[in-house]
Amino acid sequence: MLWEPDKERIQADELKQLQLERLQSTLYRVGTHVPFYRKKFEELRFNHDDIRSLDDLRRLPFTVKQDLRDNYPYGLFAVPLRDVVRVHASSGTTGQATVVGYTKNDINTWSNLVARIITAAGVSKNDVIQIAFGYGLFTGGFGLHYGAELIGCSVIPISSGNTRRQIQIMQDFKSTALVSTPSYSLVLADTMMEMGINPNGLSLRYGLFGGEPWSESMRREVNQKLGILATDNYGLSEVMGPGISGECLECNGLHINEDHFLVEVLDPVTLEPVPEGEIGELVITTLTKEAFPMIRYRTRDLTRILPGSCPCGRSFRRMERVMGRSDDMLIIKGVNIFPLQIEKVLFDVEGTQPHYQIVVEREHHADRVTVLVEVTEALFSDQMRKQRQIVDQIKRRLSSELGVAIEVKLVEEKTLERSEGKAKRVIDKRSF
Amino acid sequence: MLTIKNLESGYAQLRVLKNISLHVRPGEIVTIIGANGAGKTTLVHVVAGLLRPWHGELLFQGEDITHTSPEAMATLGCVLVPEGRQVFASMNVEDNLLLGGTTLRRARGTAAVREEMENQYVRFPVLAERRKQLAGTLSGGEQQMLAMARALMARPRLVMMDEPSTGLAPLIVQEIFTIIAQLRAEGNTVLLIEQNAKAALEVADRGYVLETGKIILQGKASELLANNDVQRAYLGREQIG
Repeated sequence: MLWEPDKERIQADELKQLQLERLQSTLYRVGTHVPFYRKKFEELRFNHDDIRSLDDLRRLPFTVKQDLRDNYPYGLFAVPLRDVVRVHASSGTTGQATVVGYTKNDINTWSNLVARIITAAGVSKNDVIQIAFGYGLFTGGFGLHYGAELIGCSVIPISSGNTRRQIQIMQDFKSTALVSTPSYSLVLADTMMEMGINPNGLSLRYGLFGGEPWSESMRREVNQKLGILATDNYGLSEVMGPGISGECLECNGLHINEDHFLVEVLDPVTLEPVPEGEIGELVITTLTKEAFPMIRYRTRDLTRILPGSCPCGRSFRRMERVMGRSDDMLIIKGVNIFPLQIEKVLFDVEGTQPHYQIVVEREHHADRVTVLVEVTEALFSDQMRKQRQIVDQIKRRLSSELGVAIEVKLVEEKTLERSEGKAKRVIDKRSF
Repeated sequence: MLTIKNLESGYAQLRVLKNISLHVRPGEIVTIIGANGAGKTTLVHVVAGLLRPWHGELLFQGEDITHTSPEAMATLGCVLVPEGRQVFASMNVEDNLLLGGTTLRRARGTAAVREEMENQYVRFPVLAERRKQLAGTLSGGEQQMLAMARALMARPRLVMMDEPSTGLAPLIVQEIFTIIAQLRAEGNTVLLIEQNAKAALEVADRGYVLETGKIILQGKASELLANNDVQRAYLGREQIG
């Protein structure tokens, strides 16, 4: 199903024209109304009239998280505050919160784009959707909420937290779709086990997950444990919140709402475009936002554009699920390592649990990485030999996958800290 | 239907249009709103072939029309209802319509022209009543209808209308806009230039806001109606901040 078939199947040349028109008027507005951009454009002697093709975008300056902080709270708004009907702030996973605003039109656009994502994930007006993203300053809860309501779903705005109550409500209200972070869905699955609830006895059919990187093997795990069809969707509050891209039921990459966002994939170090299909940092320019337009926002998220077309009929290009953050990237003995590469290995090893933590330390000027992995209780308590085997197996696979030696330590079930939002996967104890 | 990319044009040394990009899809009403002197008329004159583009690309049904003459544009199916009607005052209504049917006669013969004229009389019954009357003696609203009918005689693919509401009484304006909506219902494509932003946005699917030769806003007509800048600048709705 498509929410806006004519738009989601737009032809390539028509899309380019639309993007150019929208880019030109966006640049006019930010150059006129946002002092930050006006100054940057002047410094670069850039006139918004100079944009004659989408490639000219490369001449524009980047916007980074620090720019948002420096202009805290309203400095980057392109409309007077009286035209703003909603304010959100970033989840502040790292550092000070950043503030974003929406006009009435922005809220409508946002709802509509989220409706596309929800529809693509298989959900329709007949579904009962349980939104376990936090409501409040975080964009996740409200973003999904408005999109789901626009479609006509029955929305349960339960917000995050209180896992047992989530399950109780899921059971009693017969929720058919769950919105949460992928890691939280596993917390729910584990808690169901504890409560003696069989997930197959629930009405749950779809899971719409976002907010943190996860792997294909984790998807299989979620699908199997909860008996659902899990899809990934992507967004970040600085750009809009959820609604930027999402998977269709082909589960093969996230269709980007390209009529509203212009994306580039750049090498995080040189900031030059990577060759088509290679991994790099996602950089986004908004094309229709009124209150808070962003020009070339560096998301720090790593992904790549997938080649080829999708059988679902959407013509928008697909990005691979985010593989981590360019600043989460660990450089160990000169090798770039992403936590997701480690996760992938762990999931393929039998007997381990999908909970892990990566600890990085520095001893005598040498980096040491230890992966803590939870294993099943049975395994942990008595099968010493089996444990050794597993440790060796993981070590071997990690070193062949990553090219550096990594220590592995098995820990008992539920010893690692559980998170109701974004899981903390990396603990870097190094001081530089 | 119509795609314009980075258009620049003007008169002598005066650059009026600066880097204009816009498009019109088949079956749409697209409006260009803006104040006096923003460049709206210049823009349609370039499309109609009356004025040369200095720079940029113009495609009509996929065909490059950058250097196409006004006659050729009419033959391609792109007609203009000019600002201030410009009907032939000393000719009667019927002769005005026959003139509008020139390209149709060349392509399909006089029978087709007769048939099309009857279509216009059905659409504009008042013109049927006045078919032998001199165009100069018609009221403003009737002249506007005649100008529209004359353009439609060519069975165009794209109708461009330059300020059809200028100088007309509110009731007549309403009637003109009803006819424009009707044109879309019949499958026509319309590019509508208007100072009357509210009426234009209410009838249109999408719109562009032109200010000093630049497109400063674009989007669905309903979004533009809701946009606070548009409300302040063009709909005279000032909020107390």
